[in-house]
Amino acid sequence: MTEPLQPPPKKNPLKRTRVPVSPPGTRSRAATALAVMAAEGRFALQHCADCGRIQYPPRDLCRACLSGALQWRDTDPMGQLVAETAIRATPDTHFRDRLPIRIGTVLLDAGPSLICRLHGDVSGDDRVRVINRIDAAGQAILLALPLKEVPHMQDDPALRALSCDPRHRRVLITDARAPEAPALARALLKAGASRVFLGLPEAWKPFPARSELEDIGNCSIMPLDVTDIDSVRELAAGIGGKTDILINNARFIRPGGALARPDTIFARQELDTGCLGLMRLAQTFGRAMAARGEDGVNNATAWVNILPIGALVPQPGFGLSSATGAAALAISHGMRADMRGSGVRVMNLYTGPMDDEWHQELPPPKVTPSALARAIVSALIAGQEEATAGEIARDLHARWRDDPALAIREALAK
Amino acid sequence: MTGILAQLSGALASGRVEIVDLTHRLTPDFPVMVLPPEFGQCAPFRKTEVSAYDHRGPAWRWNEITMNEHTGTHFDAPSHWITGRDVPDGATDSIPVRNFVGPVVVIDFTAEAAADEDALLEVAHIQAWEDLHGRIPADCWVFLRTDWSKRQGAAYLNLREDGAHSPGPSPEAIRFLVEERDIRGFGTETVGTDAGQAGHLDPPYPAHATLHGAGRYGLQCMCDLDRLPATGAVLLAAPLKIENGSGSPLRVLALVEKEG
Repeated sequence: MTEPLQPPPKKNPLKRTRVPVSPPGTRSRAATALAVMAAEGRFALQHCADCGRIQYPPRDLCRACLSGALQWRDTDPMGQLVAETAIRATPDTHFRDRLPIRIGTVLLDAGPSLICRLHGDVSGDDRVRVINRIDAAGQAILLALPLKEVPHMQDDPALRALSCDPRHRRVLITDARAPEAPALARALLKAGASRVFLGLPEAWKPFPARSELEDIGNCSIMPLDVTDIDSVRELAAGIGGKTDILINNARFIRPGGALARPDTIFARQELDTGCLGLMRLAQTFGRAMAARGEDGVNNATAWVNILPIGALVPQPGFGLSSATGAAALAISHGMRADMRGSGVRVMNLYTGPMDDEWHQELPPPKVTPSALARAIVSALIAGQEEATAGEIARDLHARWRDDPALAIREALAK
Repeated sequence: MTGILAQLSGALASGRVEIVDLTHRLTPDFPVMVLPPEFGQCAPFRKTEVSAYDHRGPAWRWNEITMNEHTGTHFDAPSHWITGRDVPDGATDSIPVRNFVGPVVVIDFTAEAAADEDALLEVAHIQAWEDLHGRIPADCWVFLRTDWSKRQGAAYLNLREDGAHSPGPSPEAIRFLVEERDIRGFGTETVGTDAGQAGHLDPPYPAHATLHGAGRYGLQCMCDLDRLPATGAVLLAAPLKIENGSGSPLRVLALVEKEG
């Protein structure tokens, strides 16, 4: 029985905030490929293209036929727990704080057996479902879950540490004016977030969504303009130490590419918001959050960058937006490296065309505000570092994973 | 014998002539003109530290600033508007500098603006003012005082779904000032020289169209016009010498002679 997680008490100001200590991060290249799958929330193993054998742990060659033709494929995660034990002592500073650590051997229905962590409600000879998640070092961790949902399943300490569950956490949405802001706030609160802060740029303009947001409850609308460092600093001074999840949805979008206008005005505004805005947030909130990765039940846990899928595969007609997304993605990767080990996950969430005024002339499918909100919350709960929202982003992301050069050529073909 | 400038220096030193600042602070959240989003916008003021006595520059502090030519308290040159595109000496760097110093009269329109946020200054208002204060002299700045600068936040632009709502001159009034009174320029406390709904007037944006077409200037986003007398003040309003600039943020100062 998993004990339900209690809301955290107020912090004791006399106690030092625990310092994040990274778990060991060194792996082979083959094992790092498992982390790539984990970042996308996929349970995938190496399948030998020559003899068909599925193997674990990842290796450079097939252990049955020595073929180098190993393909990563999504694999049936069901299996049987056949042995369990617990680690009760370790000199490792990360794991020392988490003892005892239950581990077991699972015989997968797909063939291989693997050693993995165990959810608190898994024991004996249970049938289990194995998930592949990344840890604070950015490496893959396998965890066996009960086959069926059990009460408070997400509250298990091992599982919670591998997710970025909004439950009992405080979330900042950086742009309250974005069309998805109300749906996102509602979805986060429904998932158990204790408070949602929403940044409002240009308070001197009308803000029709204000009453809708205020009616939701537990939402605080606060001045924030990511293009103005003073504004970002001021808000970070106020809530930087109690932002557990930051969702950066601030964006400036105008259709067109480099040749659309005889100037760089829109391009500068796009980059100033989407790319430099992210840097301003990282320099303020990022530093505050990285220091709070071990801060109890509501530790800082996730930073979500909402990026256009054009960041990976440039979109025809949206050259500036694709360029801004690509620049922001590079910043995001750098942040991920900088924040690695802190316990704060940097997630890239790629969206297809949104159902908004700037994509009005595009045909469906488009990403609705509620679909975007659902995608963000489920990726947070699943602890992903890479996620998509909408069919177009999902399809293009898969094509990009398969063959980036082909995906780009295909996307830009007339 | 003391010359005029020596007398002025003496009056400034003694406080008999006061210098009044009609300029808003340049801040990131000062409202700017808003256009439909498919058009390029007026960039708000932004300031970023380059160094502040730190590792980026140990003994000095300086900032990088960005803005539009029409951000904050600013000057409109004739070439700002299409009607003034061919006006000789119509850009910030070519306007004769003598036009940056000169007399200003102030029409108090506060009661009308308080009663109706779309109030338009009409010829009759100007004539009523002249009955009290005398004919507006030629080559003089005319300021429309509305106390609009005292509004804060969203109330300043006063944007609604049908656009902005703020006072300004009617087409006839601005034509009267330019053609019948030969003014040098027209200044306001609102975000532009035109009323918020001036796009619906004929011609659209009559202050911009008429003033700049005739080679006259605009000043807007000013404050503290209530500290100026109806007549008798001298204005100092020199835009930055931007090459072929359409306008410029600036410090607007007025010399006001104290009574008694």
